[in-house]
Amino acid sequence: MIYDVLIAPFADYGFMRRALVACLALAIGGGPIGTFLILRRMSLMGDAMSHAILPGAAIGFLAAGLSIWWMSFGGLLAGLAIVLLAALISRTTALREDASLAAFYLVSLALGVLLVSMRGSSVDLLHVLFGTILAVTDDALILVASIASITVVTLAVIYRPLVIECFDPAYLRATTGGGTIWHFVFLSLVVVNLVAGFQALGTLMALGLIILPAAAARFWAGAVWSLSALSSALAFLSGLAGLLISYNFNLPSGPAIVLTAGLFYVLSVMLGTRESLRTRYFPRAHFHE
Amino acid sequence: MNAYRHTVPAIALRDLTVAYDREPAVHHLSGTFAAGSLTAIVGPNGAGKSTLLKSIVGLVPPSEGEIAIEGGAGERIAYLPQLAEIDRSFPISVIDAVSLGLWRDLGMFRSLTGEHVRRARAALAAVGLDGFDARQVGTLSAGQLQRVLFARLMLQDAGIVLLDEPFAAVDERTAGDLLALVRTWHGEGRTVIAVLHDLERVREAFPQSLLIAREPVAWGPTAEVLTPDNLRRARYISDGWSDAA
Repeated sequence: MIYDVLIAPFADYGFMRRALVACLALAIGGGPIGTFLILRRMSLMGDAMSHAILPGAAIGFLAAGLSIWWMSFGGLLAGLAIVLLAALISRTTALREDASLAAFYLVSLALGVLLVSMRGSSVDLLHVLFGTILAVTDDALILVASIASITVVTLAVIYRPLVIECFDPAYLRATTGGGTIWHFVFLSLVVVNLVAGFQALGTLMALGLIILPAAAARFWAGAVWSLSALSSALAFLSGLAGLLISYNFNLPSGPAIVLTAGLFYVLSVMLGTRESLRTRYFPRAHFHE
Repeated sequence: MNAYRHTVPAIALRDLTVAYDREPAVHHLSGTFAAGSLTAIVGPNGAGKSTLLKSIVGLVPPSEGEIAIEGGAGERIAYLPQLAEIDRSFPISVIDAVSLGLWRDLGMFRSLTGEHVRRARAALAAVGLDGFDARQVGTLSAGQLQRVLFARLMLQDAGIVLLDEPFAAVDERTAGDLLALVRTWHGEGRTVIAVLHDLERVREAFPQSLLIAREPVAWGPTAEVLTPDNLRRARYISDGWSDAA
């Protein structure tokens, strides 16, 4: 019985195993990226960037159909272009970065949907918007795993300046002369991780496995490394549980995964050991019993 | 911190103009922070005091004129940003925050040795935070955080120390302790420049003063700079700024 529900789906079906491996790779890269996005108060920026990837992926789709390489490449270019444009606009006009990002992502979303609809069916559109984690190909797995590796190695290299830039940006620039460069390296990592998530969860929910576990981890862990590790673990657990729920109850897998991550978040808000609702309203509940 | 051993640098400003957000914030400022001097920068809000420090440390490029560090090529500059520019909710321990002062020794990749940790602990003890190593920065009061940042400055062991409002938002006792550290650095022959608001404290502890209101008003021995006439003139100039707070 337990075997049938928890193990058999992965033992019997290759697509479930591939989906699980994809979740593992996404979790490894997304955990630390989400942690830094939240520490830098850039969650909404991540949201805007994930939408910005859509028209790029759509152009890839127009050029080559549902090809993982072309769509990812297009998405990557579009994401990087948006990062640069947003920075440029906020530096040279009165509009703040968040407002210019919001403007970009609305335009991108509309443009992307239009482009996909020009050639594809509404099923293609659904694939692009919400992902196809149960149809992950070997190519896609290689892409997602490579991105996870690149992310972890790059973060290890830029870890120190990135931490200083979050904590005390003026000190970093005064001491090392750098600053902006680390910001852009980090934003580029965000973009590649969104491209990775886009295949599995679609442009609309790619951020789900990045932000939700990291937001949940904030209620349990108190150091950058433990936050990153915990959010990777929560992201993988969400993938595992989401896939099983989706398989056993015949529900769409992307939303099941993101909703599971959302459930972890809600539980953490209520029960976490750090500044959660429980510690706030029942600070010493265990002593009263 | 041991007595400062290197050649002591002076900072010469030559017709310096610095713009911030395309607003000129410092106009045509010329003069020298002498080697080993202890100078307070004072002036009304929006007078360009912080901008001047930022341009000396290299955060804001001069739009005209130049800043020359004389007598100590490649000299280290230690810079204390305003407390408000620091993300106090960031999860970092006190010992890690202090160790950031070792950047010049460690760079991106070298790891902390026992000797580094010993120096960091000694700096923490010197600012009165013995035993705070493992505390998270977010749990500290403003005064304690400022002490941590002073410990970081000590580890930087720089010939030039720039302090942006070091005593704003901290309690009197902390301000007194930190001022004692500033005096020690001055005694060791470092060139120290601080942006300050409290004129009493300037008169009491800072031999040199620079009074600016975007343009220089007076620069020299504190008693000759902080005269009622000069202060009135600075206020008069600042009243003319349409965008001043």
